[in-house]
Amino acid sequence: MKAKDLPELAAAGTVAEQGVVLYLDGISVSFDGFRALNNLSLAIDAGELRCVIGPNGAGKTTMMDVITGKTRPDEGRAVFGQSTDLTRLSEAEIAHAGIGRKFQKPTIFEPLTVFENLELAMKADKKVRATLFSKLSGEARDKIAATLTLIGLQESAGRVAGLLSHGQKQWLEIGMLLMQEPKLLLLDEPVAGMSDHETERTAELFVSLAGTHSLVVVEHDMAFIEAIARKVTVLHEGSVLAEGPMEQVKNDPRVVEVYLGR
Amino acid sequence: MTPKAKLVTVTNLTNLYGPRGWAILGVCALVAFLIVPILNLIVPASSPFHVSAFWVTLAGKIMCYAIVALALDLVWGYAGILSLGHGLFFALGGYGMGMYLMRQIGRQGQYQSDLPDFMVFLDWKELPWQWWNTDQFWWAVLLVILVPGLLAFVFGYFAFRSRVKGVYFSIITQALTFAAMLLFFRNNTGFGGNNGFTDFKRILGFNITSPETRMALFAVTALTLIATLLLARWIVTSKFGRVLAAIRDAEPRAMFCGYNTVHYKVAVFTLSAVLCGIAGALYVPQVGIINPSEMSPANSIEIAIWVAVGGRGSLAGAILGAGLVNGAKSFFTVALPEYWLFALGAIFIVVTLFMPRGVLGVLQRK
Repeated sequence: MKAKDLPELAAAGTVAEQGVVLYLDGISVSFDGFRALNNLSLAIDAGELRCVIGPNGAGKTTMMDVITGKTRPDEGRAVFGQSTDLTRLSEAEIAHAGIGRKFQKPTIFEPLTVFENLELAMKADKKVRATLFSKLSGEARDKIAATLTLIGLQESAGRVAGLLSHGQKQWLEIGMLLMQEPKLLLLDEPVAGMSDHETERTAELFVSLAGTHSLVVVEHDMAFIEAIARKVTVLHEGSVLAEGPMEQVKNDPRVVEVYLGR
Repeated sequence: MTPKAKLVTVTNLTNLYGPRGWAILGVCALVAFLIVPILNLIVPASSPFHVSAFWVTLAGKIMCYAIVALALDLVWGYAGILSLGHGLFFALGGYGMGMYLMRQIGRQGQYQSDLPDFMVFLDWKELPWQWWNTDQFWWAVLLVILVPGLLAFVFGYFAFRSRVKGVYFSIITQALTFAAMLLFFRNNTGFGGNNGFTDFKRILGFNITSPETRMALFAVTALTLIATLLLARWIVTSKFGRVLAAIRDAEPRAMFCGYNTVHYKVAVFTLSAVLCGIAGALYVPQVGIINPSEMSPANSIEIAIWVAVGGRGSLAGAILGAGLVNGAKSFFTVALPEYWLFALGAIFIVVTLFMPRGVLGVLQRK
């Protein structure tokens, strides 16, 4: 992927506003007595690329579940943009508000073609009646074509998505997120199962998206994190253990003890 | 741009099928609207080419089942919701039409009363409120559509909103149809108890047993089946249909894409129930009886077997399955009545084990 492909996509997304795009305030979630999130507070700035790391069970995925409405917090607030209270919205409403999520395991519509996957994800009126009478405009086709090029799947547009390689599925899912034109992208282990080359291209893509989009990346691949990281948050036992630039976090003795040292 | 050419979204009628599909449909229509009527009404009974009333009624009945199979395939094959209560919607449509047919009997019943016979027998003096306006055909049509539709809408809304899925949904639909059956068995419910409705005389003033009326019912059923097929085809090839497939295979992803999946499920479930109701309404005048046994849980399971046998997720497969299983059932219940349930079980096991995509899947592989 070349950097010059990107401005077009950036223009399609929302131009970043100044200030905080996502604010988690004292979020706690318990499952059967187990505290998955414990008074977690976190702020993501508009246009920021934030990496979240931490050992298994630290609450990374639960945090994404709270942001996307899948899990309701027992306590705390999750505010998106100026004043959108995420804890009151459904998954679909949160998606429409401008939050896109990539799952840990690539989740795409396997029996549909790559093209159709992107078509369904595309920002549009997603009510029942609208989809019954929906026609694909030329403009929409161009948008899909641009995304296909961006994610390197232009040759596979007519292929059934289930037949793609693991890395390609990851890319398709990222492409689907971009079709939604979100303000904030939540990416749960986006490079798992990718080849080194694919990982490198993903890093380039994320870096280029930052600025026009806000990104929260959860990843275990430290080389990948180092390639893209500006500010890193380390979660441990459901709350923030350390936060700061990669260099600083890497040398934090507490972080080394619970996570990096292993 | 070859890959894109295939991806034209189907929106107008002519695109629904290719030339071959339309040709097959045309031949079916020709048989239903021209050949069968000629062979039944014009060719004399002595001729070997004569199609008797028995076969016309059997074919009409199976076409009603095919509409039900299409309806279930929409929710099960395309949206992944296995309803095992579709027999209820079918029966409700049948009861809606049955009430009108009972009123059409007029004073020709055994007791020569304005009230249906079973009410005289129960010593009722007037029609209960459920029977209001049932002597009007348009009201019957309204009941046939609205009663199953409303029930499915309300039931579906609460079930899908509570995220009841998979086998749990199947079980509560079984419970629903079972509960309705018990309700309809009661005389107090006002629908003839376990005897249901029968002994119909007329429909829209025409003698219900005359060959011409039978043929008209057959033709209307064929027309409805074709219309249902085209409607279903239009739905599954629309973006709505692709959203259904998306919900079936990755519901969380569909939700995070911004689709309110509850609305989609309720919409397709309600439409499916209405189609079943219409099929039931066409079934009752042809078969001449409706009673609560149509709501038995086993009946609804059988509908799922038709779809599985024909090929889930294929509309032609659903019709084929309804035809094959009911054809076999007609044969067995005449030739070897005590073995039919064993045969049905065997068919289901063979299909499940060796034909995951049904008979149509096997045919298409070749």
